Amino acid sequence: MEKRVFFKGWMLPAILVAPQLIISFIFFFYPSGQAIWNSLFLPDPFGLKTEFVGLDNFRFLLSDPYYLASFKTTIFFSTAVSVSSMAIGLYLAALADRLIKGAGVYQTLLIWPYAIAPAIAGVLWLFMFNGNIGLASYYLKALGYEWNHTLKGDQAMFLVILASSWGRISYNFLFFLAGLQAIPKSIIEAAAIDGASFWKRFGTIVIPLLSPITFFLLVVNIVYAFFDTFGVIHTITSGGPEQSTTILVYKVFSDGFVSQDLGSSAAQSVILLVLVGILTVIQFKYIERKVHY
Amino acid sequence: MKQIKALICSIALFAMFAGTAAQAKTEIQWWHAFGGRLGELLNEQVEKFNASQDKYTVVHTRKGNYSETLNAGIAAFRAGQHPNILMVFEVGTASLMAAKGAYVPMYQLMKDAGQKFNPKGFVSAVSGYYTTTDGKMLSMPYNSSTPVLWVNKDLMKKAGLDPEMDLSTWKKVGNALDAAKAKGIDMPFCTCWHSWIHLENFSAYHNIAFATKANGFAGLDTELAFNSPVHIKHIQTLGKWAQEGKFKYMGRRNEAGKNFRAGECMLMTESSAGYAGIKKQAKFEFGIRHLPYYGATQAPQNTIIGGSSLWALSGKSKEENKGTAAFLAFLSRTDIQAQWHQDTGYLGVTTAAAKKTKSSGFYKKNPGTDLAGIQMMRNKVTQNSKGLRLGSFDQIRGIIDEEMEGVYSGKKTAQVALDSAVKRGNVLLRRFERANK
Repeated sequence: MEKRVFFKGWMLPAILVAPQLIISFIFFFYPSGQAIWNSLFLPDPFGLKTEFVGLDNFRFLLSDPYYLASFKTTIFFSTAVSVSSMAIGLYLAALADRLIKGAGVYQTLLIWPYAIAPAIAGVLWLFMFNGNIGLASYYLKALGYEWNHTLKGDQAMFLVILASSWGRISYNFLFFLAGLQAIPKSIIEAAAIDGASFWKRFGTIVIPLLSPITFFLLVVNIVYAFFDTFGVIHTITSGGPEQSTTILVYKVFSDGFVSQDLGSSAAQSVILLVLVGILTVIQFKYIERKVHY
Repeated sequence: MKQIKALICSIALFAMFAGTAAQAKTEIQWWHAFGGRLGELLNEQVEKFNASQDKYTVVHTRKGNYSETLNAGIAAFRAGQHPNILMVFEVGTASLMAAKGAYVPMYQLMKDAGQKFNPKGFVSAVSGYYTTTDGKMLSMPYNSSTPVLWVNKDLMKKAGLDPEMDLSTWKKVGNALDAAKAKGIDMPFCTCWHSWIHLENFSAYHNIAFATKANGFAGLDTELAFNSPVHIKHIQTLGKWAQEGKFKYMGRRNEAGKNFRAGECMLMTESSAGYAGIKKQAKFEFGIRHLPYYGATQAPQNTIIGGSSLWALSGKSKEENKGTAAFLAFLSRTDIQAQWHQDTGYLGVTTAAAKKTKSSGFYKKNPGTDLAGIQMMRNKVTQNSKGLRLGSFDQIRGIIDEEMEGVYSGKKTAQVALDSAVKRGNVLLRRFERANK
């Protein structure tokens, strides 16, 4: 029999859930409502006059090839950031888990990059790869490789992925390490006695037992790549060259706050809102089923 | 304990007095985009004004680059927290002009404040940019420059070239770049402000249209026209140089200036206002030349300005507007203008300042500093060389930059890139026309 707690009356439960509801309303429903409302108008930058245009902002967006390209850019970018930072994080965690001496030092050092804000991380990497004064670009040039991410889209993409994944590796490392340490040693030892190799044990025992954490990290990393990488992209490429690093959220910013086209920017926010909603549903409906808790 | 109490009391008293002293003066807020050497010179002007009278205090704040300053101003205006004076670069002029009610027109501001103000005292090539078609001046020209060719004479010698050789046409420049590349010079050519120099000024200089309807001066229903054969020829040439390693792309704004000042780049096209930085930092002999052109065209016509003007935003008290007017009138004084011109390489925006600079012998001592002025005023302006007045132009410049990056990286031909830029830009012009009907 399931245990249930009942409250008498409705006052206490209402008071208990009120803060959460108020916060959701102020920081989520109200701004979303504003975005939907604004997406139906074409205002001038100064807010002196505005015109109701219905769905014209959406029509304008969906006929813009650069906006459609931005979807592809976003998918590529967030997949690359999530996969690379999770793979490296898992690899480092697996190594650190086996350490006997000095594990604490390694672990602490590996967590440090997480403390650095995306914008600062962006400036750091930009500094290393700067065409004029960057050390990395200097050595690449010495090796005969021409580095110029202000002009070459693939190099710019590589650099923003690198800068975005870097701090994220620490975060993923931390969670994977905790996950690995939570796996009972007895199971692994039993498998070892049965003659399973390290990789066999890793593939059939460790990975499935890590799946709740992997799933959690996947969701969090994709959200990170979608939204929090703004600072990295803003400082390193500003979305260029030729919009090759303009992910959706950066386009919302650049169209709205650089180009002052607030109608189009609001319409993009609405599209982004729907997109993230769909993505979350897919993640929880289909991927979560494969997760063993 | 007693001592601390006394200290707190005295601090509080001091703060009170300081507060009342500041209140006696009307504060005028000015948001601008100048850092570095230019920021220092701007600060000097403000301090001079504050010391020259006791009614107003001008407080200046840097809000980032030109685009960021404009955006900060617009966002603040929407929130009702805007400054008295906003620096708006020439590209944003059409956006401001269309926003009637967001600013107090300059002629009105001066009239209301009873300031003596003569719009005819300004160089017409400059003031025309900020004046309506019926002759009303809307904003105060602050800094105006025009692109010129900068030469690193030491590198020219290293390339086995005569540093005084003729570089008047792009063909001759091309020959010089060939020679430099052959001698192993890493960066023969670089440029700042791609759209401004190689399309906007290029159009005016060759007397061809950048956009229809007199480059937008004659109406909002203007369309871009910078995909003519002459434009394509030039951009294709730049693309070819980039592929051959003679031209290095460093970024969309003035990033290449660093390479020139560090002595890496032999020839650079950049604003005449690069002067302040180059004079301060260059450890080589440099020269200034006119912007090159193509033969067998209508060039050289005249080049157009870049830079900014100061807009008095609306919604301020009468007293504050008076202060704004006084400060702007101060900035247009001949001595202030002449000093600014000589320090920065920006043009003297009043004819009196240009005359004063000439009679002081400054041009003789600093050869080449007069070229920008000559280049701008060498001919009677045509409808192609008056300037540009296009809405959403900051955004259109972004599109042009993107497409030009496609040419430099060899992904697109100039024809494809410019056609695409025109098409994409026209969509924005129509959107601007609709929002500002």
